Amino acid sequence: MSTLIDVLALAAIAAGSFFFLAGTVGLLRFPDTLTRLHALTKADNLGLGLIVFGLLLQVDSVLAGLKLLCIWLLVLLSGACVSQLIALNTRRGDVRR
Amino acid sequence: MTDVFNIGLALLLLGLAAWTIVTRELFVAVVGFIAYGLLSTLVWVQLHGIDVALTEAAIGGGLTGVLLIGAAGRLRNSAVALNLEVPSMQVRWLAGVVSAAVSIALGVCVLALPDPAPTLAHEVAANIADTGVGNPITAVLLAFRSMDTLLEAIVLLFALLGVWSLAPDQSWGGRPGLRQQVDPNGILAYAARVLPPLGIIVGTYIFWVGADHPGGKFQGATILAAMWLLVMMAGLADAPPISRTWLRLGLVAGPLVFIAIGLLGLYTAGDFLGYPPGFAKPLIVAIELALLPSLTLVLGLLLLGAPQRGTPP
Repeated sequence: MSTLIDVLALAAIAAGSFFFLAGTVGLLRFPDTLTRLHALTKADNLGLGLIVFGLLLQVDSVLAGLKLLCIWLLVLLSGACVSQLIALNTRRGDVRR
Repeated sequence: MTDVFNIGLALLLLGLAAWTIVTRELFVAVVGFIAYGLLSTLVWVQLHGIDVALTEAAIGGGLTGVLLIGAAGRLRNSAVALNLEVPSMQVRWLAGVVSAAVSIALGVCVLALPDPAPTLAHEVAANIADTGVGNPITAVLLAFRSMDTLLEAIVLLFALLGVWSLAPDQSWGGRPGLRQQVDPNGILAYAARVLPPLGIIVGTYIFWVGADHPGGKFQGATILAAMWLLVMMAGLADAPPISRTWLRLGLVAGPLVFIAIGLLGLYTAGDFLGYPPGFAKPLIVAIELALLPSLTLVLGLLLLGAPQRGTPP
């Protein structure tokens, strides 16, 4: 049972890392701000979500698990707000141009 | 495996440092510096200095980063003019030679350190029980070397005075920063309503947990100041005029309590900043509790900058 949980955790963390890698490649390679933001949200939401899920399988106390969940939710919230702000700013810049 | 990670981290840090210096664009250099701060946070985690890592992330990366972004924004107009006046070849060579000499001197000093390095860690470990504090970093900062912490808090206050002294005469006593024009139903206002309750809990928790675990007043105060700034940036509250009595009292209250407890030590423990036996922990908590609001105010006001809007009625 514990081997199964370990494998599952490893798979989730590896998948999360892959999304971070993909998001970073997108951030570097995509042509404009909005598509780059799109790539970044993949890393933040899915990547971090999968890593937190993988780590949740390994925590030894409920409190530590709750802290991890809080971190993920806070990053989700701030990521969503900041990308909205950046996108808004970009659109305003486009209109002015 | 850990070695590979550490070497990669060190190389990345050095590369980023070089890039921050070499890059021509001001904003790029600032972003590089912030990333550098976050990477050095990881280095401190690897060195098991979680307290330093927290401070580096909050103050080195976060607060200094925001200060530098503000400075870069202000310099944007004058940066073009700055780039036009290229210093002469001799000046650049001189600057390069002096920098290299300083680096080499520092490197020689580090290599010349005795091995094992002289340490007081054993004495700290032997006497930590007397302080009643579980986190050795907090014990050093507030019991064994509390003078440093007192001076640190006062230096921050002086830094704020320095920023304020840049105010033009007609704005002296007024509100710092510009009035924010933000959509009251926009996403920024939303974040400024949702985040502060959580941020205040997290900041207070980090402050409180500092007695026995990594954390403390500086890290907690930075988070609280960030929440205050977020509310002001979203236009939900305005910055207080710097002539307000409550503001000035709040700014000096922390250092004053610290000094008062220090003087009390002269009579009760026979030394400035000494704690009478058995009272170390409550006095340390009192100092931290008094410093927290003062530091929050200082850090927030440092970021807001000099007063720019006229004296209030």
